[in-house]
Amino acid sequence: MSFMQILMIIVPSTLLWAAPLVFTALGGVFSERSGVINIGLEGLMWVGAFTSIVFNLTFVHVFGNATPWIALLVAMLAGAVFSLLHAVAAITFRADHTVSGVAINLLATGLTLFLVKFIYNKGETDIIQKGFNKIDIPVLKDIPIIGKIFFQNTYWVSFLAIIVAIIAWYIIYKTPFGLRLRSVGEHPMAADTMGINVTKMRYIGVILSGALGGIGGGVYAEAISSNFSHATISGQGFMALAAMIFGKWHPLGAMGAAIFFGFAQSLSIIGSSLPFLKSIPSVYLLIAPYVLTILALTGFIGRAEAPKADGVHYIKGSR
Amino acid sequence: MSKRLKNILTPIIALLLGIIVGTIIMIVTGYNPLDAYAALWEGALGNPYYLGETIRQITPYILAGLAVAFAFRVGLFNIGVEGQFLVGWLASVWVGLAFHLPKFIHLPLAIISAMVAGALWAFIPGLLKARFRVHEVIVTIMMNYIALYVCNYVIQNVLTNGKERTGNVPDSASLASPWLQSLTQNSRLHWGIVIAIICCFIMWFLLEKTTRGFELRAVGFNQDAAHYAGMSVNKNIILSMVISGIFAGLAGAMEGLGTFGYIAMKSSFTGVGFNGIAVALLGGNTALGVFFAACLFGALEVGALNMPLAAGVPNELVDIIIALIVFFVAASYIIRVFLERISKKEAK
Repeated sequence: MSFMQILMIIVPSTLLWAAPLVFTALGGVFSERSGVINIGLEGLMWVGAFTSIVFNLTFVHVFGNATPWIALLVAMLAGAVFSLLHAVAAITFRADHTVSGVAINLLATGLTLFLVKFIYNKGETDIIQKGFNKIDIPVLKDIPIIGKIFFQNTYWVSFLAIIVAIIAWYIIYKTPFGLRLRSVGEHPMAADTMGINVTKMRYIGVILSGALGGIGGGVYAEAISSNFSHATISGQGFMALAAMIFGKWHPLGAMGAAIFFGFAQSLSIIGSSLPFLKSIPSVYLLIAPYVLTILALTGFIGRAEAPKADGVHYIKGSR
Repeated sequence: MSKRLKNILTPIIALLLGIIVGTIIMIVTGYNPLDAYAALWEGALGNPYYLGETIRQITPYILAGLAVAFAFRVGLFNIGVEGQFLVGWLASVWVGLAFHLPKFIHLPLAIISAMVAGALWAFIPGLLKARFRVHEVIVTIMMNYIALYVCNYVIQNVLTNGKERTGNVPDSASLASPWLQSLTQNSRLHWGIVIAIICCFIMWFLLEKTTRGFELRAVGFNQDAAHYAGMSVNKNIILSMVISGIFAGLAGAMEGLGTFGYIAMKSSFTGVGFNGIAVALLGGNTALGVFFAACLFGALEVGALNMPLAAGVPNELVDIIIALIVFFVAASYIIRVFLERISKKEAK
């Protein structure tokens, strides 16, 4: 197997596994930049995966080839609505953000599995007919070498994820809205003095994280698992959280970390078919994202610092 | 209304709200809530077998709840109970299979190894928190996944030759009791419940009656004040994580030496650690509260298994109710505001 062939397997697979992580990690960035810790990303992915699969199965004969994309939009909406629970608890009811996030995760798993049994009378859904398929990107695929590695046998959602990451970076760092979002996460009292509505900004942050988490779950379900069961989403949300931290709460950093984690994940799956990886036990690749995150937090790989007011309630009038 | 009464009323109101919303979900989806709750009651306490299974389920919940609660009291959120529970489970089975010793040495050795494993797994986040100020929530979450994959690897490559589960631990390392089993129509009830109850006492005594416990609680209330009073904040942070990990490791030993007697590869988490968070929250992070909350959740989880057969209701409904209880306990600020309004009206 030549080096070129290996790259042609690894790169599309990495980008595919990274796509759900990128979306969800960006969701985490929006939420935590506004000062709300979101451990509930995993639960939001559950909701997104569930909604997209159910919508896809139900409406595939109506929308035909457009079904996966419309299902993704519906998953986005469902994630946004579900994240409202976290917003209400953590912002308005002053719940501990971590505890509320845990509740979101428990609720999402319980509710989606309950509904699967209610709708289909069995523990998992059927396999969807129309998911995201492998495609060659027109024009770009003809570029010599690069085209073969990056733009053939790949998925649209991978590139959508990267584009959304760039948009997120622009929004957070180059627009007045982004400045306000960051300011309520760093120093809500100062932001309030400047006339920024802290509660509103935080709600927007959490709802955006719900929308992106929903998309993340939907992408995973429609591009990778193709159905929904108790094992569809198992830890991707927490891995996205890790990517967000590893990327230092920065959209492009989170994207880079997510792609790296996607690389580790895809290697642990396709590694056995690659000659030089056969001898390495897959366990090292499986735990790599988590170990690296701990090291990043500890400061061995450039210290990662959370926004100052991350997880702190803003109560008007308190000092 | 006294503060004490409010502290007791808040979790009860959260519990009721959880059940009410669960009932509404059942009505909306066309299931009969009365049938469901009857099946739940029957499945949890209806006959000696179910009762035995309920007590068996309560055992790890008490210990996982104590683990979360103990760290909470020192101001730390140990989400890593699930991972510490898994390594404890693995260690207990490992020692159980590796040695041939008389029971009075083998069983304590297996239990202690689970405690050590859990303690080690919790020591890392404790150390990182104390030394580098790294948030323990993130580190413990990451440690959970490391535990999951490492345990799977060890089971498949070290303990067995490529198999999915280990053999059963010998009688000399087992907590199982033929007497308790015969008493409960062959349920999997084992002696672990005694250990769990003893641990409740230990936690209460340690926190409320010793100088060390006072220090730990002081750090939980106000780190700066504790530091000013000459207490070592870092030492107490690490100690609390280690003790928390010991409880979690013990919970793993209950499954490894009692309920199952083996360890199998897992595609995802068991949920014991996460339910431990629910137990600790509902129990107000006290030893007695954890005991009662564990009894409730144990009964709910075991009773739920009877719901699909007896009432046609998916057992995930109980997971929804537990999640809602956590949600409402978390959002108890609003319940407290509500209670204050009532008590103010009474005062007028």
